[in-house]
Amino acid sequence: MLELSHVHKVYRVGAFGGGRLRAVRDVSLKVEPGEVVSLIGESGSGKSTIGKMVLGLFKPSSGSITFDGTDITTIRGHTARKAYYRRVQGVFQDPFSSFNPIFKADRVFEMIRSSYFPGVSDADWRERVLKAIGTVRLDPDNVLGKYPHQLSGGQMQRLLIARALLLDVDLLVADEVISMLDASTRIDVLNLLADLKERGLGILFVTHDLSLGNYVSDRSVILRKGAIAEMGPTARVFENPLHPYSRHLLSCVPQLHRTWAEVDAELAANPPDHFELPVAPDDESAPLVEAERGHFVGIDQG
Amino acid sequence: MSEIAGAPGTADAADAPEPTAERKTSEVLHFAVRNPKLLIGLGIVLTLLLTGIIGPFFIDHDPNEYVGPQSQPPNGEYWLGTTSFGQDIWAQFVYGLRSTFLIGAFGGGVAFVIGTTVGFVAGYKGGIIDEILNMLTNVVLVLPALVVLIVATAYLDVRGIFVQGVFIGLTSWPWAARAVRSQALSLSTRDYVDLARLSGRRTWRIITTEIAPNMSSYLVMSFILLFGGSILIAAGLDFIGLGPSNGVSLGLMLESAMKWSSLYLGMWWWFIPPGLGITTIVGSLYILNVGLDEVFNPKLREL
Amino acid sequence: MTLRVNDLKVYYQTLRGDVHALDGVTFDLADGEIMGLAGESGCGKTTLGKSLIRLDTRMRHVGGTIELDGKDVPIADDKAMVPLRYHEISLIPQYAMSALNPTRKIGRMINELLRARGVRPVDIADELRRRLELVGLDPDVLNRFPIELSGGMKQRVVMVMSTLLNPSLLIADEVTSALDVSTQRAVAESLVEFRDREYVKSMVFVTHDISLVYQMADTIMVMYAGHIVEKASASTIVNAPRHPYTQMLISALPEVGTTTDQGRLEGIPGTPPGLLNPPTGCRFKDRCPLAFSKCSERPPLVEIEPGHWAACWKTG
Repeated sequence: MLELSHVHKVYRVGAFGGGRLRAVRDVSLKVEPGEVVSLIGESGSGKSTIGKMVLGLFKPSSGSITFDGTDITTIRGHTARKAYYRRVQGVFQDPFSSFNPIFKADRVFEMIRSSYFPGVSDADWRERVLKAIGTVRLDPDNVLGKYPHQLSGGQMQRLLIARALLLDVDLLVADEVISMLDASTRIDVLNLLADLKERGLGILFVTHDLSLGNYVSDRSVILRKGAIAEMGPTARVFENPLHPYSRHLLSCVPQLHRTWAEVDAELAANPPDHFELPVAPDDESAPLVEAERGHFVGIDQG
Repeated sequence: MSEIAGAPGTADAADAPEPTAERKTSEVLHFAVRNPKLLIGLGIVLTLLLTGIIGPFFIDHDPNEYVGPQSQPPNGEYWLGTTSFGQDIWAQFVYGLRSTFLIGAFGGGVAFVIGTTVGFVAGYKGGIIDEILNMLTNVVLVLPALVVLIVATAYLDVRGIFVQGVFIGLTSWPWAARAVRSQALSLSTRDYVDLARLSGRRTWRIITTEIAPNMSSYLVMSFILLFGGSILIAAGLDFIGLGPSNGVSLGLMLESAMKWSSLYLGMWWWFIPPGLGITTIVGSLYILNVGLDEVFNPKLREL
Repeated sequence: MTLRVNDLKVYYQTLRGDVHALDGVTFDLADGEIMGLAGESGCGKTTLGKSLIRLDTRMRHVGGTIELDGKDVPIADDKAMVPLRYHEISLIPQYAMSALNPTRKIGRMINELLRARGVRPVDIADELRRRLELVGLDPDVLNRFPIELSGGMKQRVVMVMSTLLNPSLLIADEVTSALDVSTQRAVAESLVEFRDREYVKSMVFVTHDISLVYQMADTIMVMYAGHIVEKASASTIVNAPRHPYTQMLISALPEVGTTTDQGRLEGIPGTPPGLLNPPTGCRFKDRCPLAFSKCSERPPLVEIEPGHWAACWKTG
């Protein structure tokens, strides 16, 4: 469904744009319907940039992003873009900044209606909204007609997912959607993503938190400095991390029932099979090597 | 919202019955009616504005007509005295106020429209458009505006206050453009702007419905400053003899007072009213602006 | 006993009334103890951290006492607190990165701070270098401006700075939440090292991340809506919590290795009560599956087994 092929994003920085900042380096990946793909990385890994490029908010410097065969970087004009957003939607990290504070929260639904469904009757539209709100397991009485500050972060994120459901979305880009939420409501949003996946949606789940990426995703992509360090079925990536950076991340993430010392010991006791990391022939490319079926390992950037 | 930011438990829905917009308005009002700077500034500006609007209706002759005895100090019939030619200074003053406010509104308005449009487009679009508009802004910014105005107005035979307003507007927008641009730049990175894009909204609707309302206080203040600025520039032009060739303004009054040596003749009633008028309008506009800033900006509020 | 907090109440003043951010908080902190203070946003954990060192202008001390090393801490009296700050109680703020003055070199900033506290910088220069090296910083950072340092480096500079005078109590407020996981581990481990070397006697580590605090703290205290719900050793809180809130919170956390295939985790339905007019009794009762009539009275925080306190009628 969604396919990124050798995507690069280079920013010009500094006075007169003399410097180059490589935010995304030679990234190729796929998202299929009914599949959650986690993009995991620390700050500066390029994970959010990839999400924004898929949403057409940034343009890649080179490479192609195709959605059902169409290269989205070639989409021109308002109508074509609108048609794309009918099928691909996003939810962002900060629910408090996703709502315009001076309007009621359900205005996000009205915007969809005025752009995409101007002909739908009030009653019909209300039914659709109620259905979408039901899907994200919110009580309409608690959320409709409220201002953003009257809602909790979890309610807001679910409203935004409901907004996406009003369109016939096939792909949802969830950019750090739960990092601002409290622990007790986080899991509800994660479960909701899992529900959507069962309904056949493809989800690109961008996160910095290994344990969250792990909970919902079918495949995980670990990014470092814009390039893919390791990519594969989530279970394999977490059980048999091959890239030194993945192992490093696993050793640093605080886990609930295992101390750092225990994790260190565990990792040391299970060294990865001897494995030659691919070497980049130049500063631009970042080749991957398939270590086992569907499990890829990328270059080591020190 | 702002006064309780950071206090725990306030984000809760249950005990916040009133909606933001209303609460925000009432909150702004709450601080507005308690802000002496705002009230004093607004009071003076409104009084002078009303004088300029209503005053001329009570004067049944042309302000430049020679109606009375010459060089009279203020008295019961001619409240502010007369000029060396016997013109009624009160009549000139109220008509002058009217045109001063007109030039402020017109010049300030033109500058505001250009400045905000350039600022919004540059801030929202970014990239090459931003760079081009920025360059344009900087060019106009470094032009010696007064010199350009002098040259331009000197070439026009018939100068009305609208022509003057247009010229002032065309030269004084750059700083407003810069201010609006920086605000728009930061607001356009908000997620709700991205969401509006994902909702298939067009650029101009995003700017007018998502970005502009969130900086309305900022826009109001920019307009007030541009308004005051135009009045000052117009007064300067009038004073050096490049004002409207027909009609009357506070600047023109000052000019003729100087031209006919009112200072040497000790005719203080000729130059003090227009001078004081301009100073008071602009001064109270600035005080009003400081007051508004305190009302809108929670960090400056004295709790 | 380093720190003894008794029935502390601190309210926030707002236009709409007082927000009861800390409503009767009682606990002790032993010498050498690192206590993790955990809870969701708005539970009062940051307010508690701040209250121990400095009330900001909107915070009002309503009641209760704080005792440090047997001496009373006059938190309501800002002037009387001045000699205690840095010497006795020190704070690493949440956004240490922005706590540094961008126009001053690090070294100059530290010297100014020391002089303001009546300490001659030369007396302490060697110790300063030693500690910078301990947290993995080149002493050369003293000649650099804050902008030249990364977030993690700045966080460590502030750490060294705030503990230079060996305070009795260190409050670390969400110090690692803005950092990447790899830096987070390094900073957390340095904090433990500081305690081990007795640069600080005891520490309150405020965080929303229980799995992080489990890695480094001796005890964990969980707060909910301005009350303490449970305090026990870190492993007890994580492995055998007794308060229903703690139990539900812990079981809502996904871990590395948990996936939806093994069954869904569950969140806690509902939202915390507003603290403007907080409900009487147990503040968790509206979301609690075990709630019964008695919960309309506030459950006291009682020691249900040695070193394990909980505030719930069902555990007592």
